[in-house]
Amino acid sequence: MTYWTLTESDIDRIAIGVGILGTGGGGSPYLQMLIAKQLLREGKRIRMIRPVDLDPDAQIIGLGGIGAPTVSIEKMEEGFEGVRVLKAIEAHTGRKVDAVLGDEVGGGNGIYPMITAAHLDLPVVDADGMGRAFPEVQMTSFFAYGQASQPAALSDADGNTLIITQAKTPQMLEKLMRTATVAMGCTACMTTAPMTGDFVRRYGIAHTTSQAWTLGDAVIRAREAKTDPIAAILAEAGGTFLMTGKVTDIGRRIDGGFVRGTLTVAGLGADAGRTLVIDIQNEYLVATEGDKRLAMVPDLICIVDSETGRPIGTEEQRYGLRVAILSLPASALLRTDLALALMGPRAFGYDFDFVPLGEPTQPAPVAAYMAGHSPNPVPRGDPL
Amino acid sequence: MTGMLRIGVDVGGTNTDAALLQGVKVLATIKTGTTQDVTSGVGAAIRTVLMSAKVRASDVGGVMIGTTHFLNAVVEGKRLERVGVLRLCGAATRSLPPMIDWPERLRHLVDGGAALVGGGVNFDGTPIAALDITAIRAACRNWRAQRVASVAISAVFAQVDSRMEVAAGAIVAEEIPGVAVSLSHRIGRTGLLARESATILNASLHRLGAETVGAFRAAFAGLGLTCPLYLTQNDGTLMSADFAERHPVFTIASGPTNSMRGAAFLTGLSDAVVVDVGGTTTDVGTLVAGFPRNRSEGAEIGGIPTNFRVPDVFSFGLGGGSLIHSDPPLAIGPQSVGFRLPEKALCFGGDTLTATDIAVAAGLISLGDPSRVRHLDAALVAAALAKMKSDVETVIDRMKPSADPVPAVLVGGGSVMIDGLLSGTSVSLRPDHFGSANAIGAAIAQVSGEVDRVVSMEGTTREKALEGIVAEARLRAVEAGANPSSIQIAELEETPLSYLPGNAVRIAAKVVGDLAL
Repeated sequence: MTYWTLTESDIDRIAIGVGILGTGGGGSPYLQMLIAKQLLREGKRIRMIRPVDLDPDAQIIGLGGIGAPTVSIEKMEEGFEGVRVLKAIEAHTGRKVDAVLGDEVGGGNGIYPMITAAHLDLPVVDADGMGRAFPEVQMTSFFAYGQASQPAALSDADGNTLIITQAKTPQMLEKLMRTATVAMGCTACMTTAPMTGDFVRRYGIAHTTSQAWTLGDAVIRAREAKTDPIAAILAEAGGTFLMTGKVTDIGRRIDGGFVRGTLTVAGLGADAGRTLVIDIQNEYLVATEGDKRLAMVPDLICIVDSETGRPIGTEEQRYGLRVAILSLPASALLRTDLALALMGPRAFGYDFDFVPLGEPTQPAPVAAYMAGHSPNPVPRGDPL
Repeated sequence: MTGMLRIGVDVGGTNTDAALLQGVKVLATIKTGTTQDVTSGVGAAIRTVLMSAKVRASDVGGVMIGTTHFLNAVVEGKRLERVGVLRLCGAATRSLPPMIDWPERLRHLVDGGAALVGGGVNFDGTPIAALDITAIRAACRNWRAQRVASVAISAVFAQVDSRMEVAAGAIVAEEIPGVAVSLSHRIGRTGLLARESATILNASLHRLGAETVGAFRAAFAGLGLTCPLYLTQNDGTLMSADFAERHPVFTIASGPTNSMRGAAFLTGLSDAVVVDVGGTTTDVGTLVAGFPRNRSEGAEIGGIPTNFRVPDVFSFGLGGGSLIHSDPPLAIGPQSVGFRLPEKALCFGGDTLTATDIAVAAGLISLGDPSRVRHLDAALVAAALAKMKSDVETVIDRMKPSADPVPAVLVGGGSVMIDGLLSGTSVSLRPDHFGSANAIGAAIAQVSGEVDRVVSMEGTTREKALEGIVAEARLRAVEAGANPSSIQIAELEETPLSYLPGNAVRIAAKVVGDLAL
């Protein structure tokens, strides 16, 4: 079997990349990055596997953190929450879990499943259900294409573990999970129903961890070479450059548990005279110039520091920041009617239909799979 | 504070500045070199400023010192104490052990062993686990055997309920005679790992804090000063010497704050951009309601991420000692002759074209021998001045709070190089005593109280929750020495917790008041 065994420097690159793919939300990957690197130092290994290499009958579950990022930086993970939900699902289904993945590659959840994988020495599938960050449980390609609403499980740091054996709709599952998370102190680990290897190969957005690594690597290399990190990101992700400018206004309000608002960016340099307005609902959702919508959900709107390429979250935005606004095409899996019903503009309360920007690209797996070891100068872990 | 005499001292890397104020009047300012031992330089600066204003030491009502001494100790890894780390967390948080993100070198110096034990609460105050007294006593016996004399205690959501930290502190004090205890709820904000790191840093500076404050006290007695001694902290407000001895980490980022507060005082402006031009760098920050606007991320100290709020300052390489590269394209800095300006600059007979020479050639300041820069091409001088000004203007535009023009205040010795109205500003001021704004900022500093906590809105109203938090911040300000009648709210932030139904809100309140003397 071909694996990509991660090193600490791989984790550094992935942490930058999942920040960019977080499209402003998803929470900071900083703590997850620290945990993953600590586990590698303790001699554990994190192996990534391509969807194509999965056994069609393999049982796979998605793992991620659910709750408020503000709480999760204070009551941090115990570390074995994912192991508990995995064991609970195994006990309930009577089947072993063969691999894990993340439902959400954007933000801290892009690293989250690696922790459980390291503890149990299970592979992590290089695929997710969003290719970005979304605020709700049911907003994945998996649910769009028929993943069951049950069984699902939650576990908190204290060891409380809950299995949902029946949820009539993915939306009801979201509601039940959210409520239980509040009871668990506003931070928990979740999984949704097990999927087969075949299902993940069809409906998982492939190679998004590879994509995060590639983006992070491009940013790090551009910083070292003192070249333009924005150009490096675009070259790697096949995205559309929207504008470079300066934040001139930010309005935020909280509505039903979600941060909503608008960000106004005035163009600088070659873009002088232009103004872009970005709608925010935890993530960056729609970019508008005048009366023209340039990019919209589920395509990714990424905002990074125009000098360093550092991704800037919605909560960090303020007047004067120099930013580059990019749009990366959502996976073709998210651009179908089935998926748009869950993750398109109308799912976020807009009264217009999705207009895509750019052709979807298929992120390539990192070269490390082919070489059978890490592409970094000092590989750690097991070369396979 | 109408007629009271106060002395402000700012101890920088190169210079120690002192200012003597009577009420709102600046009587004298002086600049001396910073000494290796810090205290003798401070003593000399105070003696000189008293002499130049012909004021008796016994008439001084208060001395306020801003120092980088503790920051240097951390950066250099010198004189740090080993610390026992006690985390009250129950099962939670164990995936991230204490000091996990410290540079190896500092961790090695400071780590005295960690114990993660039962305790801590959830965001709504319900306990995660009962306080494990047996485990705390066992950890203490271990530290005692290892001669660890300073312990840092942090509990999950200690800002919601601090009682477990206080109780654990009492047990530690019982078990280890003479131990110094640092409690996280008095040190930092939400974000356990960063707050714990700051608490550990504080504990590791404990002995140095006691020694330094002791040396300041001895120096003052020698000068005949009988007044109270204060140190300025990260947010520009004061703490008493007694409090500073126990909380040295609060001084660590106080540097840029003092000059910004001094700028506010000297101009009477409460909302402005402050441009502090030194010998090597220019710091640009923003005053909002009389206080520096803070960074959204916490400060990194000696490579250790903390969640201290520090002023949002943009620093770049422009100062009086900046090198001028006159071959096209014209470039200024970031290299600088630094403290060697008096031997290197052309106007002092040196061989290096510096930003100061440009200012002398343009007649903006008289320094050294103007004939030595007379040969400079007038077009070069004009272009260099314009470049410095436009560099400053770009940064001002980046830092100001909105697109509207704001007043700009220029302080620091190098600010003479920036001439005329800066674009994007409504007015550009260089007040009297601009070279000693930092020491003046220390002299006029107020005292504050701060609380930052996640509160559940269940069973309470928003107004009641806000009121409770503000009342607690007031209490802390009074403890720190504020006159209760002068206390005002400086910051009040509500952040509802995202991704959850809206029943929990993070509230951060800060109040400030005048020193009660």
